[in-house]
Amino acid sequence: MNETNESWLKRLKATGSVRDDALSALRDVLMSRLRKTFPSQTGVDEAVLEDVSQEALIKTLDNLDQFQGKSQFTTWATTIAVHAALTELRRRRWKDVSLDQTLDDAARGTDHAVDTSAGPQVEVERKALVEAMYQIIDTELTDKQRTALLAELKGMPLEEIGRRMGSNRNAIYKLTHDARKRLRQHLEAAGYTVADLQSA
Amino acid sequence: MALSRREIDVLIKSVSLTRPDEVTCDECLNDLAEFAEHFLEGKSISESLRAVEHHLAICAECQEEYQLLLTALQSEK
Repeated sequence: MNETNESWLKRLKATGSVRDDALSALRDVLMSRLRKTFPSQTGVDEAVLEDVSQEALIKTLDNLDQFQGKSQFTTWATTIAVHAALTELRRRRWKDVSLDQTLDDAARGTDHAVDTSAGPQVEVERKALVEAMYQIIDTELTDKQRTALLAELKGMPLEEIGRRMGSNRNAIYKLTHDARKRLRQHLEAAGYTVADLQSA
Repeated sequence: MALSRREIDVLIKSVSLTRPDEVTCDECLNDLAEFAEHFLEGKSISESLRAVEHHLAICAECQEEYQLLLTALQSEK
C-alpha cells in the first residue's frame, strides 16, 4: 500500500525509532529507484548509489518544509536523488577538463556549420545567419555571457561551468539566458524572424 | 569561432525558443515531480507547469534529469 504524503511528513518530522524507520523506508525506495535508473554500466556503482541516497536523504530532510504536496512525496524525493546522482556523475566526467580547454575547442575547432549537401540557397542563408550570430557573440555579449554560452554549447554542464567560474548552475543559466536574449534581440534588429530561425 | 553543425543547430533552436522570462533550473526542479506525474497520468498541465515544459525544451541538463526521473518512476509500473 502506498504511504500518504501526510504519513511520510509526520514520520520524518518525528523523533526516535519512528523517524529512523521512516528514513530507512525512504532510503529503500530511493536505492531501488536509483539502481533501476543507473544500472552498473553507467559507471555508478553501489557505493556511489549509497552516497547519493544518503545525500538525497539529508537534502530531503533539510527541505521538508518546501514540499508543497503537489506530487507524491516519494516522487519529490526521487527528483532530489536523481539530481544528486547526475551532479556527481557530471563532476566525475568533467573533473579533468578546464574551461580554457573547452573554450579553445570553440575557438579553434573545424567549422562544420555549413553543410554543402543542402540546397545552395538554404546554405547561403544559413551561412549568413551563422556569421551574424558569431559577430553578435563576439561583440555584443559580456565576457561572462560568452564564456557560459560557448562552454554550454560545447557540452560542459552548467554546474561544472559554475564550479569553474566561482558561481552556480542557476546563475550560469541566467547568464546563458541573457546571452540568448541578446542574440535574439540583435538578430531581430538585423531583420531575422523566429520563422527564419526555425527554418535555418 | 568554429562551432559544429550540431552546436549551431542547438544554438539556433534555443535562441528561437528564448522568452523574456524563463524559470531557472532550481525553479524547474522544484516543480519537476509534479510535472512528471502529470505526464505519466496523461493530465493537462497548468500555466506554471508550461514554464517547466519550456525550460525542459531549452535546458539539456534539466531534460536529462527529467528523463531519468521518468525512468525511475516507470521502473515500478
